[in-house]
Amino acid sequence: MNLLTLTFLFPLLGCLVLALSGDRLSLRGAATVGVTALGLAAATTVWVGLDFLEHGSAAQVMELWTWVDVGDFQSSMGLLVDGLSLTMLGVITGVGFLIHLFAAWYMRGDTGVRRFYAYMNLFVFSMVLLVLGDNLLLLYLGWEGVGLCSYLLIGYYYHDSANGWAAFKAFLVTRIGDVLMAIGLFILFVELGTLNIQTLLARAPEVWARGDLMIELATLMLLGGALGKSAQLPLHTWLADAMAGPTPVSALIHAATMVTAGVYLIARMHGLFLLAPDVLTLVGWIGAVTLLMAGFAALAQTDIKRVLAYSTMSQIGYMFLALGVGAFDAAIFHLMTHAFFKALLFLSAGSVIVSCHHEQDMRRLGGLWRKLPLAYAGFVVGGSALAALPLVTAGFYSKDEILWEALASGHIGLMMAGLVGALLTSLYTVRLIVGTFHGTPGSDHSRHAESGRGLVHGLPLVVLIVLSTLVGAWIHPPLDEVLPASPGAAKEAGRHALEIGAMLVAVGGVAVALWLFAWRRALVARLVALPEGARLWRLWHHAWGFDALFDAVLVKPFRGLVWLWRSDWINGLCNLVPLLARGLRWLLTRAQTGRLRHYAVSMTLGATVVLIFLAVG
Amino acid sequence: MILVCLILIPFIGGLLCWQAERYGEQPPRWIALGTMLLELALVLGVWWYGDYGLNAMQGASDWVLEWRADWIPRFGIEVHLALDGLSLIMIALTGLLGVLAVVCSWHEISRRIGFFHLNLLWILGGVVGVFLAIDLFLFFFFWEMMLVPMYFLIALWGHSGSTGNTRIQAATKFFIYTQASGLLMLVAILGLVFAHHAATGEYSFSYEALRHTAQNELSPQMAWWLMLGFFIAFAVKMPVVPLHGWLPDAHAQAPTAGSVDLAGILLKTAAYGMLRFALPLFPEASQAFAPVAMGLGILGIFYGAILACGQHDLKRLVAYSSISHMGFVLIGIYSGTELALQGVVVLMVAHAFSASGLFIISGQLYERLHTRDMRLMGGLWGRIKGLPGIALCFVAASMGLPGTANFVGEFLVLFGTFDAWPWVVVVASGGFVLAAIYSLFIMQRVYFGPAKEETPLGGLDGRETVMMLGLLALVLWVGLYPGPLLDTSEAAMQNVERIMTLEETPALPEETP
Repeated sequence: MNLLTLTFLFPLLGCLVLALSGDRLSLRGAATVGVTALGLAAATTVWVGLDFLEHGSAAQVMELWTWVDVGDFQSSMGLLVDGLSLTMLGVITGVGFLIHLFAAWYMRGDTGVRRFYAYMNLFVFSMVLLVLGDNLLLLYLGWEGVGLCSYLLIGYYYHDSANGWAAFKAFLVTRIGDVLMAIGLFILFVELGTLNIQTLLARAPEVWARGDLMIELATLMLLGGALGKSAQLPLHTWLADAMAGPTPVSALIHAATMVTAGVYLIARMHGLFLLAPDVLTLVGWIGAVTLLMAGFAALAQTDIKRVLAYSTMSQIGYMFLALGVGAFDAAIFHLMTHAFFKALLFLSAGSVIVSCHHEQDMRRLGGLWRKLPLAYAGFVVGGSALAALPLVTAGFYSKDEILWEALASGHIGLMMAGLVGALLTSLYTVRLIVGTFHGTPGSDHSRHAESGRGLVHGLPLVVLIVLSTLVGAWIHPPLDEVLPASPGAAKEAGRHALEIGAMLVAVGGVAVALWLFAWRRALVARLVALPEGARLWRLWHHAWGFDALFDAVLVKPFRGLVWLWRSDWINGLCNLVPLLARGLRWLLTRAQTGRLRHYAVSMTLGATVVLIFLAVG
Repeated sequence: MILVCLILIPFIGGLLCWQAERYGEQPPRWIALGTMLLELALVLGVWWYGDYGLNAMQGASDWVLEWRADWIPRFGIEVHLALDGLSLIMIALTGLLGVLAVVCSWHEISRRIGFFHLNLLWILGGVVGVFLAIDLFLFFFFWEMMLVPMYFLIALWGHSGSTGNTRIQAATKFFIYTQASGLLMLVAILGLVFAHHAATGEYSFSYEALRHTAQNELSPQMAWWLMLGFFIAFAVKMPVVPLHGWLPDAHAQAPTAGSVDLAGILLKTAAYGMLRFALPLFPEASQAFAPVAMGLGILGIFYGAILACGQHDLKRLVAYSSISHMGFVLIGIYSGTELALQGVVVLMVAHAFSASGLFIISGQLYERLHTRDMRLMGGLWGRIKGLPGIALCFVAASMGLPGTANFVGEFLVLFGTFDAWPWVVVVASGGFVLAAIYSLFIMQRVYFGPAKEETPLGGLDGRETVMMLGLLALVLWVGLYPGPLLDTSEAAMQNVERIMTLEETPALPEETP
């Protein structure tokens, strides 16, 4: 149990060593330090997890020190271990380790490797704190910490200011969510007098009735934070641009761990959300709308990383949908399998990108499947899991669970959205794989692709390939003690019908997509060339135009305001006082002409005025 | 007696520096450094041996250390110094930033070094006096006294501004703003003294006696006007929008050490003054005034932040961000709960660290690039070793990232205010988004983007590295373990809370027979 602290101390140590070593550490050494730190953290996690399961899976709390203690306000640096945080910990350190390892191949030769691994380790440190924090303030520390690391890693290639602005946008949009979440924290503290998660969950039902306005408000604010971090509507615009970072970063932060923090937050605070049925329904619908919106957007991307980014958004939409129908464990299960197969897809994409000399546009790729067999295998297995091909993939079991819970809880609309989303998923996945690996090479880069070699490159891919299949679905997160039973747990009626329906959709979708994108390419091209098709393509390519909307409604007015105020008009008003003084001085100095007759006249006039006043008064 | 030493050390050290110039360039620097280290050691000693936790429930006049002597008995003016948890923290901060100010101008100042350090140390001496003086006349004396050396600091060693202002203009503006506001405070003090005279037939400038008068003898109208006199004086120094006009110019044109002192401690004297005088002297009037103060706080947060977003001059950006941060301080002070007031203390310390850090970084960039215009920077990440990473940490502190001291301060203020003023807190939280914008602008414009030139610039030397890492360690220490700080100021802040919530005032010892 005491080893628990090591899960975040190793990454922190790694980060400090890398940050303070300067040039004394060779590039290879830096990669070794970064990967070793994560390896040790992962090993510790295994140890802690086994220990935890041995002792009957009861939640354990470990207080490190008192962080803030003022009057009634107490917040500790305390850790909470239960099935949920352990599941997250496993994903973070396990998948994180594989990605760190892969990154050693991906980043070789890059002179900024020290910086890269320092950020990555810092990220894992923050993320572990996020999931282990036993109070919302510590969770918030991790929450903002991962945001900062995400910012730094998106802007890793800083020479291009576009990357910097992409990072800026990511931080800013998530910060809007964070501020909402902070307000949620204020409400919770003032109403319940604590920020400790377990106390909050215990106290909330005593203070609030179901559907009380304050609990709805508080959860709405927490939801705001979750939307920002998890890139859900309307705070989703940053994720696609976040692909500017190195691909392992996209795999770790923008697919497997950080973006799912919102799901974790809602699952963690499930007791509050269950008291706020309206907000919970909103969660489900936001998830449904996001998954459809992002699904369509993924259809019309040419950059393979952007396809994956929108697909991530869409998959997190599924998780939100599951949360919204009260199936918290299904959401976390999907979070886990998604972490496996999406990390696999991103790493395979990374392998393709490096092999093709940093080419990531599908139109200039193609015909790679013979040259890059391992990456191809990764894409096929990961893509099958993403499309939830029946029985053999991990994604099938988790997605099927979500659809079933939606049906069992009576949310037919959400279930239908999920099914349509499944069809879209099949379509864009097949399009991605066919476009990247089949057909004819689109440029010299793909013609001269060289496959990655070595254990560092191969091992993470192989492990993730295995985890993305049925094997991954065998891992059952120990969530029963933490999360309430889902609505569909006790029911059976209609489950098989739904399963068969979902299978048909997935397989049918893949078949249609294969037919369309592999054999009838000309037809697709013709459709896109039509005026309506072109319009639709543009709309989806720009992800329904949210960027333009926010630009017009928020960014431009703000810039205008800044421009208008840049010279400090309030100060300008205050500067009128010295101007007035100068004006008066000018007037009075003009009066001092040095001519005797002027003085005589003014003296006489003055005396007359005074006399008149005296006479009248 | 130790209190007198605390005040005298910087003054004497300053004189020594001035005279030591004739022996070369280095002696004044070393003497100044030694003086401030001595001062710091003395304060830390007082901190170590004092007990600041116990006397919470015994009234505002509980001082841990006190020293008094007659000065002008005819008018009841005394040299009355006293120290409690709040003043201790502020003096420790003064000592620390004093050391920092000396160290950061080690190479920057090469003209009239002795006189420079005289001014620097005298500012610090004046500030320590402000934090210790309890007699209102003495307080006013120190309040005005610290302006003069600051004026010289800006006027003689300043830079000319990016907007074409000369350093003399900036110094004059600073002086007139603060002088005029000081006049208002003098009027308010005298009004209080005459009211006391009318009630008791005696003149007195003593804190306890005047508090007694202010709470028992004044008509609400009178209390309101006198409170306003104090408030405006402090508001100019803080600064509160719309009285902030002097700050950007003064900051942009002051030498680095001047900016560090200005942002780090001169601004804090205003918040201290409110906590020590404006609130305890006029609790009812202050409470009635709270809505206005909240409004001004929010105005400051947003106005400062939006203007910070529009600046090209790095130091002006940091200056405007200070205005924004001080908005949180104002809100915390007038919400008057213990939680918010403790947040104010932490935030004052935090802002002193983070703003000083950013000003020092601006100074270091200026030494290397000879500009503070961010349009001429860009891509510096690869060109300077060490500095960008440190800058990043201070930028993170400036936007209140958890783990830094600023987070603890700002969040405690908001947590403490939310109960009584939920909407103020909701609106003020929006300031975090703006803080992220202007803070990240620094990263984006200075360090990211294509490099203007490829030649590497000099990295941080040992002096700079130690200074910056030390400051950073403090930011993180207060951010992760603010316990010692909070314990020290707890009693003092509980007193202010009790006064603000208008609980029955504890029986005061009779000053006059």
